[in-house]
Amino acid sequence: MMQKTSGPEAQYFEALKLGVFRIQKCNSCSNHVFFPRILCSHCGSGALQWVEPSGRGEIYSITVVRRDSEQGGDYNIALIDLPEGVRLMAHVVDDSGLRPMIGDAVALIPVSEAPGKTHDTLYFKVTDKVQG
Amino acid sequence: MEILAKAASLAVADAGLSMRDIDGIATASVSATMWAMPVIEYLSIRPSFINGTMLGGSSFVAHLEPAMHALDSGQCNAVLVCYGSTQRTAQVGRRQVTEYRKLLDPQPYEMPYQPLSPLSSYALATARHMYQYGTTREQLAEVAVAARQWAMRNPEAQQREPLTIDDVLNARMISDPLTVRDCCLVTDGAGAFVMTRADRVGDAPHAPAYVLGSSTAVWNRQISSMHDLTVTAAQQSGKLAFAMAGMQPRDMDVVQLYDAFTINPILFLEDLGFCEKGEGGSFISDGAIAPGGSLPVNTNGGGLSCVHPGMYGIFLIIEAVRQLRGQCDERQIEGAEVALVHGNGGTLSSQSTAILGTKAAL
Repeated sequence: MMQKTSGPEAQYFEALKLGVFRIQKCNSCSNHVFFPRILCSHCGSGALQWVEPSGRGEIYSITVVRRDSEQGGDYNIALIDLPEGVRLMAHVVDDSGLRPMIGDAVALIPVSEAPGKTHDTLYFKVTDKVQG
Repeated sequence: MEILAKAASLAVADAGLSMRDIDGIATASVSATMWAMPVIEYLSIRPSFINGTMLGGSSFVAHLEPAMHALDSGQCNAVLVCYGSTQRTAQVGRRQVTEYRKLLDPQPYEMPYQPLSPLSSYALATARHMYQYGTTREQLAEVAVAARQWAMRNPEAQQREPLTIDDVLNARMISDPLTVRDCCLVTDGAGAFVMTRADRVGDAPHAPAYVLGSSTAVWNRQISSMHDLTVTAAQQSGKLAFAMAGMQPRDMDVVQLYDAFTINPILFLEDLGFCEKGEGGSFISDGAIAPGGSLPVNTNGGGLSCVHPGMYGIFLIIEAVRQLRGQCDERQIEGAEVALVHGNGGTLSSQSTAILGTKAAL
């Protein structure tokens, strides 16, 4: 009988629910992989292990979705490049009141402290504004 | 389905055939995953070549190459490529579709962020292009204005009122930096065409357009998986299509590019080799792709001003064929002998290029 085990997708969201953000690293080619999957997107190896990234990153692109205030108001959607070499979608918070910009340095807000309460989204905060 | 059947019937008649002659079919639907079957049933045909490849808006351009091989091998003699959608008047709303898609076609690393699908993805690509290459919102607006100027010369186009750069810039912002005027229309619409082998066109009522080159490429589905938001798989599909045709961008008399959003033609002109990477914004400036410009692009008014019923790919080919036949009246490009068609699907995910020509271009 086949053993019932959860795949990388379920494992990723289970960890996130417990407040831990993890990405995959390939034991074969040493590259990092996101989104989580069965096979390495660089070399095709199945030898992927979970690692916790540094949590630092940089805004690669960002858009503000305009929404009526009655429905919750505007919100942003960003693509964040992590120094580990992966890109992911996230929301960005900027405490300075300025609009987050491409090139801004960001850091992961611990999942347990993130504004979203759904445990399926990542929030980053701006740590260093881009020059100019 | 009914408007699809109408378009199919008109296309078959236009080719000088009857529906009984159709022994190949290519079609796709945004909602129905087994769409070729109900279409075959509705048209009461018994094809020996069936292609239901669904790559989003580029599908009907992507249907060219497999049909060429099927015709060439003798698997069939006449392939009907057809599409119809009543997206504008449909009973199912966008919100419901988003909910269904979450269940049927999940993207768990993007959907929780509530992107406007597909608009936010194109907004992200636009923002990056502006950041990296200095492309401006005025240049994006020029794409929409050029499309409208062409649409004003096309009695079939849906939006034909004059449009200025300021109109686009001051339009309601949807997902920065894209306003509602940077986005394609939501319309109803249907289109169809018939493909056959060059040796069978003898007594067709209209001069045929010949497929000189065609190729399709997909590198990713999600915008977050795109390696470089300023470089699309059109680089691959364009290179292979030009190689098959033995031609260069400078050989093109007229160009039809899938303009779901104003950034699209800029990206595709770069990726297809009409200009260097990053120079698309300045390339299209000063009316270069508008009527009277140096390169006629989207002469029907495009998805921005003519028609966009969910997927636009088939209309690219129809307009290119009309230009090559000289049927475009006020918007006709004099002496057009070679046309480039480029389809896009998903969120800059699928790219499909074709080069069509008149007999003189063979």
